[in-house]
Amino acid sequence: MKLTLEFGGGLELLCDSKKIHNVNVEQQNGEDKLTMKDLLSWVRTNLIKERPEMFMKGDTVRPGVLVLVNDCDWELSGQLSTSLEEKDVVVFISTLHGG
Amino acid sequence: MEEEKKRQRGVRLCCLCNERRASLKRPKTLEHICRECFYRVFEDEIHDVIISNKLFSPGDRVAIGASGGKDSTVLAYVLSKLNKTYNYGLDLFLLSIDEGITGYRDDSLLTVHRNQIQYGLPLKVISYQDLYGWTMDNIVKMIGLKNNCTFCGVFRRQALDRGAALLKVDKVVTGHNADDIAETVLLNILRGDIARLSRCTSIITGEDAPIPRCKPFKYTYEKEIVIYPFFIIHLLPFFLLLVLAIPSPLYYVCIFQEARLLFHRMHLFSKCISWFCSRVHQGFRENQVWAILDIIKSGENFRISATTKMPEQGTCERCGYISSQKWCKACVLLDGLNRGLPKLGIGRSRGSIDGCKDRNEKNGGKSIESKQCGTLDF
Repeated sequence: MKLTLEFGGGLELLCDSKKIHNVNVEQQNGEDKLTMKDLLSWVRTNLIKERPEMFMKGDTVRPGVLVLVNDCDWELSGQLSTSLEEKDVVVFISTLHGG
Repeated sequence: MEEEKKRQRGVRLCCLCNERRASLKRPKTLEHICRECFYRVFEDEIHDVIISNKLFSPGDRVAIGASGGKDSTVLAYVLSKLNKTYNYGLDLFLLSIDEGITGYRDDSLLTVHRNQIQYGLPLKVISYQDLYGWTMDNIVKMIGLKNNCTFCGVFRRQALDRGAALLKVDKVVTGHNADDIAETVLLNILRGDIARLSRCTSIITGEDAPIPRCKPFKYTYEKEIVIYPFFIIHLLPFFLLLVLAIPSPLYYVCIFQEARLLFHRMHLFSKCISWFCSRVHQGFRENQVWAILDIIKSGENFRISATTKMPEQGTCERCGYISSQKWCKACVLLDGLNRGLPKLGIGRSRGSIDGCKDRNEKNGGKSIESKQCGTLDF
């Protein structure tokens, strides 16, 4: 499934300082469905090059990281259970930095 | 087609306007809210805080402490907008401090320069080099990579005041948000720092000083400050971390220092406090969302017994800056640097209740009085 992932607020430093990633995520179980939970573990394995604890805590993102799926807060679409579709845009922004 | 997709995922309508689809679950109130309503309530709440606390008077010259980070950038934008919309009649300036950290401050200064152009606000940059004769990079060359934050915090606070005096402003505003203030309340309680605790929730500090400072974002949640510009397309992203110069080692320290600031500071004192603060930031249970505002409220309600001895505020003999000691902290630290004694003014105070190895805290001297110009208070 082709997706666009964006990292902001300093998170890009964890992925080779690249803010936008156009990725192709293969589903584990061969189904068409991909949830945010699947995507997060995929990101941790494939995109995060250092300090994964700055991005994730357990199964979900670290507190202080905002997640937007197609410009919409993932809290509204079920957080980890949000289902993703082809060409979706997922944005991760860290709020843990100076002001 | 896109609308169908959204509906399939159970996205609801905004609870305020009931017309547009909700894009956000508001961190402060858990309301399902659309973008437009979010901008409106975000700006309205800040306007209410400004008016009800009488932060400004018409004709005031106001310097916005601008670091290029999220809080100060949003502050510059919102204050500028409210000033026009509600005719506050303010003369706004951007005031930026250049600590001289290669690869770090130069990037954020770019952002401030961009803000200057975007918002049409005059900009003044004050550098440590000009004020003190030392850049942070040079300080690090002398003292290594420990205790940097001590020097930087003390110097920055003075620099802001001195810059404001040079600009002949009436007030300084900073972007301290609700999360910052809640953290400061907790830290001061744990340190037993009564002097700071009594001051840290004030929305205006130093009213009797030449240039008072105020914090219009006192009740604004940090997460909302991050969300706000994201939804406004024309507001360029804050602090693009473009590395233009070869960064000094301090650059890496600062970047991750910032990212870990919240948890690092909490971790110093106890694990249960850091757990508590991570809950505050998660806020996944309704009653916990209010924790940040509740902490601020309890800090405001703190009353100090009239018999408690409080430090007296005088002036520094060397530079005239406000100080409860003979010399202000900046002068003590500078003296140490210039004499090749970088440990002067650093180190654990005797008889202090926190036995923690906090390298980034200022613990010079023996008592609360000596903690005047602290890193927590700027």
